[in-house]
Amino acid sequence: MKQTCKTLLLLIAVIFITALPLMGFHLDPGADSEIFAGADDKAMTVIEEISPGYEPWAEALWEPTSGEIASMLFALQAALGAGFIGYYIGSSRSRHKGLT
Amino acid sequence: MHIMEGYLPLNHAVGWTVVSAPFVIHGLRSISKNIRNKPETKMLLGVAGAFAFVLSALKLPSVSGSCSHPTGTGLGAVLFGPTTMSVVGLVVLLFQALLLAHGGLTTLGANTFSMAVVGPFVAYGVYQAGKRTGLSPGVSIFLAAALGNLMTYVTTSFQLALAFPDPVNGFTGSLIKFGTVFAFTQIPLAISEGLLTVIVFGALSRYSFKEMQDLNVLGGGCK
Repeated sequence: MKQTCKTLLLLIAVIFITALPLMGFHLDPGADSEIFAGADDKAMTVIEEISPGYEPWAEALWEPTSGEIASMLFALQAALGAGFIGYYIGSSRSRHKGLT
Repeated sequence: MHIMEGYLPLNHAVGWTVVSAPFVIHGLRSISKNIRNKPETKMLLGVAGAFAFVLSALKLPSVSGSCSHPTGTGLGAVLFGPTTMSVVGLVVLLFQALLLAHGGLTTLGANTFSMAVVGPFVAYGVYQAGKRTGLSPGVSIFLAAALGNLMTYVTTSFQLALAFPDPVNGFTGSLIKFGTVFAFTQIPLAISEGLLTVIVFGALSRYSFKEMQDLNVLGGGCK
């Protein structure tokens, strides 16, 4: 029971750290940047500032056809991983309980 | 930390690929040795991979006003050693480059170096140091995962500053600019990754104690 408590507290801390910026506790991302844009995209903007002449010399072979498709694929990536971890911890927990 | 497709000059792209390759090759050998000698840890390797899959898919908001994502490579590095995660990280990065247009094939070498080489090596080193100095496993694993995450993004900033030095302030000027974008954004995310890794590591050491012992993770105190 004590362990469950500890896990819950850690989870609440993660949720809190993630929710804090969403509740308005964040710095101004700058006039030319959307709020909560990806840091990867912001780095591209910095590159364009530093070397205005730089032309990317390759392009992605395939791009998700829309933002929705991209979210779907990211969700799928997370779901596959979480599913496997859940399965493993669940099955090793029942095996552990069977032994003791 | 994903450097987008085409955003590194050719010589840098080739250079980072050459630097990352030996780690990936060592990792492939270490994985096949592990599967041969300790087949019971195969599923645990799957968990390490799955954890990196989940965490690198989560884009989280940060106090800097932008979004970034954790890497999830610290857990596997502590369990299986750093180069195993070089292979796993490469697989995750390939998936994202091919299916999500996130990162890219020309920048795969550089991204592998930051997320799948530096991150795991830092995490592994910090965990080993923590174990030796008598820190509790929970604190060691937290510091390992959080610092591995943070150093991944510091490495990306370094790589971009090398490729794009500031016209006035040179490399240092660029490093500060990219560092503000990446490393600062990453601080709260690194803490979150540390905490999540503690949760999963705790569950694994409770229910898969034997496998963890086989991998020599828990160290003298728990044997």
